[in-house]
Amino acid sequence: MKWLKTIWDEFIGLFVDDVSFAFAIVIWLAVAYVLFHMELAPPLWRGPLLFAGLAAIFVENTLRRARK
Amino acid sequence: MVEFVEALTVILAVGTVRGWRGALSGAGAALAVLLVLVAVLGPALGAVPLGWIQLGVGALLLLFGMRWLRKASLRAAGIIPLHDEAAAFAKETERLRGHGEMGAGFDRVGFAAAFQITMLEGIEVVFIVIAIGAGRAGLLAPACLGAVAALAVVIALGVAVHRPLAQIPENTLKFVVGVLLSAFGAFWFGEGLGVAWPGDDWAILALIAGFALVALVTTRLSRAAPERMRISA
Repeated sequence: MKWLKTIWDEFIGLFVDDVSFAFAIVIWLAVAYVLFHMELAPPLWRGPLLFAGLAAIFVENTLRRARK
Repeated sequence: MVEFVEALTVILAVGTVRGWRGALSGAGAALAVLLVLVAVLGPALGAVPLGWIQLGVGALLLLFGMRWLRKASLRAAGIIPLHDEAAAFAKETERLRGHGEMGAGFDRVGFAAAFQITMLEGIEVVFIVIAIGAGRAGLLAPACLGAVAALAVVIALGVAVHRPLAQIPENTLKFVVGVLLSAFGAFWFGEGLGVAWPGDDWAILALIAGFALVALVTTRLSRAAPERMRISA
């Protein structure tokens, strides 16, 4: 069964390297889901808003790792 | 292609130390399993409503792509060491020699090592192929063709040079793939949420440019981190 655990760990490792980074992305996607479904964001701004959140997470987490 | 290069390094080590029969049969068996995975999972996704697929695949592509992009950015900035195929080859060769002499029969150690690395690296390729192929109807076949073409190029190069492909600009490739997967992930997640992207499909190009710009600027800013925090390659 060890090989199954290895494959499972590798599969999870495809998506999660730094837990806080993956967690922040998932939370932002959930927030976007709620915002857009409740019509709380203007339709034309939804795409740019989704990207801006992801970009902010990327910059913050990468720079935090660089300065650790 | 990057994944195939990493698998090739270990398969070359297995072939050199343990013999080519075990190395090639292990890699071949893993490729067969991966092909079955694509053949089963690809069409099976057709039964799920497109909106749900776009949400799920978009989220997974974002996790996968942004993880690659972050790592490539940190490597480009010198914060974490670059992946060194020559060092990986030497390490794997040493590890395989530690298993002792080969017997007269079929070499299980060589088979298992080649099978495992091909499966592990191939799973990433299968994910990319299925994720790209699932976003729109008719994309699975081109995605499969792209992966097969990359495999053919790596095999041809491996046969020709017979040593690890250390000259391949692996981090640059990972950077580019990370940008592309992040852009496709954001686009499909947005589509799944019913986002009206400005310019429709052309928005993908804007997302590619956006992620590339953000990653390049972040790499530059990361380089400005104090020297003591860097790890030499």
